[in-house]
This record gives sequence, structure tokens and C-alpha cells, in this order.
Amino acid sequence: MIKFLLFLVVFVLALAVPVYNRITPELFGFPFFYWYQIAIVPVASLLIFIVYRLDERGSADK
Amino acid sequence: MTHPAATLIFLLLIALVIALGFMAGRWKAGNLAHIEEWGLGGRRFGTWVSWFLIGGDAYTAYTFIAIPALMFGAGALGFFALPYTVVCYPILYLVFPRLWNVARARGYITGPEFVRGRYGNKYLALAVGLTGIVATMPYIALQLVGLQTVIGALGLPGHLPLVAALIVLAAFTWTAGLRAPAMISIVKDLLIYLTVLAAIIVIPAELGGFGAIFAKVDPAKLLLPVPHAHSGGLYTGYATLALGSAMALFLYPHTMTGILSSSGPRVIKRNAALLPAYTIMLGLLALVGYMAVAAGVRSMPQFAASFAKYGTSFAVPALVLHAFPAWFAGVAFGAIAIGALVPAAIMAIAAANIFTRDIWGPFFTAGGTHGSALTAKLFAMVMILGALAFVLGLPSTYAVQLQLLGGMWVIQTFPAIALSLFTRFFNGWALLLGWAAGIASATWLAAEKGFSGSIWAFHIGGYSLPSYIALATVLLNVLVAGALSPVCNAIANDRARDETRAEDYV
Repeated sequence: MIKFLLFLVVFVLALAVPVYNRITPELFGFPFFYWYQIAIVPVASLLIFIVYRLDERGSADK
Repeated sequence: MTHPAATLIFLLLIALVIALGFMAGRWKAGNLAHIEEWGLGGRRFGTWVSWFLIGGDAYTAYTFIAIPALMFGAGALGFFALPYTVVCYPILYLVFPRLWNVARARGYITGPEFVRGRYGNKYLALAVGLTGIVATMPYIALQLVGLQTVIGALGLPGHLPLVAALIVLAAFTWTAGLRAPAMISIVKDLLIYLTVLAAIIVIPAELGGFGAIFAKVDPAKLLLPVPHAHSGGLYTGYATLALGSAMALFLYPHTMTGILSSSGPRVIKRNAALLPAYTIMLGLLALVGYMAVAAGVRSMPQFAASFAKYGTSFAVPALVLHAFPAWFAGVAFGAIAIGALVPAAIMAIAAANIFTRDIWGPFFTAGGTHGSALTAKLFAMVMILGALAFVLGLPSTYAVQLQLLGGMWVIQTFPAIALSLFTRFFNGWALLLGWAAGIASATWLAAEKGFSGSIWAFHIGGYSLPSYIALATVLLNVLVAGALSPVCNAIANDRARDETRAEDYV
């Protein structure tokens, strides 16, 4: 179940367009729209990796 | 030859890749007369090779040219490539390890083969297979357009270089099968990462930093326009474009072949976490479109002729020629050209696997459906030559429009392939009718848009909901298949024809 919640977080972070369609706050000259969408990539990667570890632990118990 | 140093480096890189392509036949030795070895690399690629192979396969030369070109022309909308290549990975993780398991257990090498085994319905598998092949053809053609653009940028004359590149591609595809693009993709990705890294360090420094670059972009294009009241506007357009594209991505024959050639479900799951590294690179590369705007390449007289010929696709090559020393332009163009050859090879191989196992075998031979590598090799040559004829004979806008349609068509195989991995609720004939409804409605809506747009404003109770046509029509597809399944089962129940077992999937 937690697996699906983590994946849901990835979808929400990536598809919540009204939340990130804005200029400020800027970072290193990047408007928010651009740096946010780049910044969520490693976050998504980490969440997927956590799911993988949970799966591995799950199959080791069996 | 207008750029001798760049051309020399370019040709050296291509020569290196050719050598690698032919050497690849001896790598992880297997009997290449067997289609599982030729067309699937013997299902032996581990985490790292799969990372390079699937990355080289999904993030193609066309992407490297088209996404920055879209940013260059349309602005923020082009950045949908980021959420697209983020949400595709949970889908990869959830769906495709199950496909790998059942494919291994039953000896399938293509998606349509799984569908045939699951429903005992070779016509449904034919529909799924043909959809994949037809969607792949313009995709290969676009890789060649990318190749043509960089050859043109180097000032090499005529069609001869393109034809030469294609003959080489055909030759190593024939001799080494999937091993060739797998080995070459490693070189390709190293070159691409090097180029992108150089681009985001060197070019912003020349242009006065990222702040200055974004300041030069038309403010109206920097963000998506805020929707009017009672409309989802481009907000829903953007999100559905990302989600629909993500659902379609791994249904393409070439990406599915990349996944099935891995050595197991754990490799696929690890890659769902590792492949997003390419997405970061793609995001940075998309911004190269803005760098081209800021550098003002469009108004430079030396590029006027090429912009007239290639349109916004020339934005990246123009910036490369303008901002880098000549020798590095050769490296960058080499990277793009190899980035065209790798996916083109995998696409030809994947289409050939489908032709052999799902069309030739079941419909044109007596009994045997396994087919030989020879049939597949011959069909791969047909795909490569067909793409070449397409590029030389037709204007490139046709390839772009067909590629747009291809995405809307290939997503229509989602119910038959992806949903069938989890449930046997559907009836094979009902899935075929759902597929037909999806293909027909998607094609009709795209035609209404003049094959130039992929977002349609649906009106639901006084509210306008612009949506990617592919996503809306695959919903119709699922609804039709779901509603008709009980009816079709009452007439011709096909539950007993399922050759797969529950334990095949885990």
C-alpha cells in the first residue's frame, strides 16, 4: 500500500501544473517553473528507489 | 565542406561506432541464427547495459532536436517532456516486470505475442502488432531527419552521406542484432552527456548566465497561459500530454524490446529508479532551445538558408556551430548522429521481431509461429530502406505528423498489453473493438486539428477540458472494451484459451 502512496506522490508532484506554473521564487536565475520540474526528478528517482528497497525486503521475508 | 575540423571529428566518431557495431556480434556470445539471440540479445543484459540501452532507446536524436526546437518556437509547453519522463517510471516499475516474467515463462519476445497467448486471439495480436510497426515507421524516419539535419549543418553535400550511414546501420543490424545498438549506446550516451554538460557550462557563460538567458525569452512564452474561467486551459493540456505520452512510451516496440532484453524484473525495477538521470539531461537540453533564442541564431545571416530548410529543428545545430569551437561541434554532431543510429537500429529490430512472430508466423506459415532470425533480419532491412525512401521521397512534415499520430495509436494497445497483465476480465474480441474505437476516434480528432495539434478541448457540462487526444481516446477504448467484454463472453467466451498461468506473472 505504501508503494502506491509513494508512486502517487510522484504523479502529484509532476502533474500539479497550477502549483508550479509561476516565476517566483527564482533559483540561480531559473524561474520556478523550470527549476521545480528539474528538481523533482531526483526526488522521483529516490521515491522509486525506496519502493524498490521495500519490495526487495518484502521478497526476502518470503 | 564548410567545416573541415568538425567534419573530421564527426567522421572519426562514426568510424569508431561502426567498428563497435561489427564487434558487438561476438559480445556475450550466443547463436545469432536464433531470433531470441539476434532480436533480444538472449535476455542477458544487466542493470548497466540496460540503463544505456533503454536510455539510448527512449531518449532519441529526434528528442534532442525536437524538444529544444519546441522550446525555441513555443516556449514553456515544450517542457512537458520533463513531467512526461518522470511519470513514465512508476508505470515502468508497476507494469513491465510482470510482462518480462510472463514473456520469459512462455518464450515471448514481443508484446503482441503475450496478447495472443493471453486471449488465444491472433487477430487481436495482429492489430496490436501492426499498430506498433506503423507507429515505429515515422519514428525511424524522424531519426533519419535528425541525422540529415546534422549532416546538412556540417555542409556535407547531397544525400550520399545519409545513404552511406544507412547502409552501415543495415550491415551491423544484420550481423550483430540487438547487441550492436546495446554496445553503441554506451558511446552515444557518454558523448551526449559530455555535449550537454559543455553546453550548460560554456554557453550560459558566453550569454551572461541563466538569468540573462531567461530574460531574453518572450515573457508570454516563459509560462503556460493562465486558463480562462470554466476551462482547464493549457494546464490540463500540459498534464494530459505528459501522462498520455508516459503511458505510450514503453508500449512502442523498440522500448519494449529494450525492456524484454534485460536479464530480469530486478534490472527493470532498478532502472525505473536510475533512468531519471536521462530526464535531468533532457531538461537541461530543452533549455538549449532558450539559449538559441538568447544567442539570436535565427537572425544570423549564415544560418538563414538552413532555418528556411529545416525550420526550428535547426535551432540546436545552429547554436552548436555558433557557440562551440569547430572540433567540439564535430563531437556534438557525432553524438546526435549516433543518437539517431542507436534507436533506429532497435526500432528496425523490434518491428522485425513483431513481423516474424505475430504476422509471418501465425498468418503465412503452416503451424510454426517461432520464425527464424532470417525472416526478422530481412524485415529489419525492409524497415530501414522504407524509412530511407520515406525521408528522401516525402517532405519531413509528413514524418512529424505521422509521429504525432503514432503516439495516439500506440497508446491504444495499453488495455490489451498493460491492463491484461493484471486482469483477465476483458474478452479478446471486445479489446479489438475498443482498440478500433480508440484508433478511429484519435485519427478523426487529429484530422480535425489538421494533423498539426494533439490537444482537443472537450466540453463537459459547460466546462472546457483541453486534453491530449491520446489520453481521452484510450479512455473511450477501455470503456468500450469493458462494456462489451461481458457481451462478447456471452457469445464466444475465450477464458479457456488463456495459455498463461497466474504463477507466470510473478
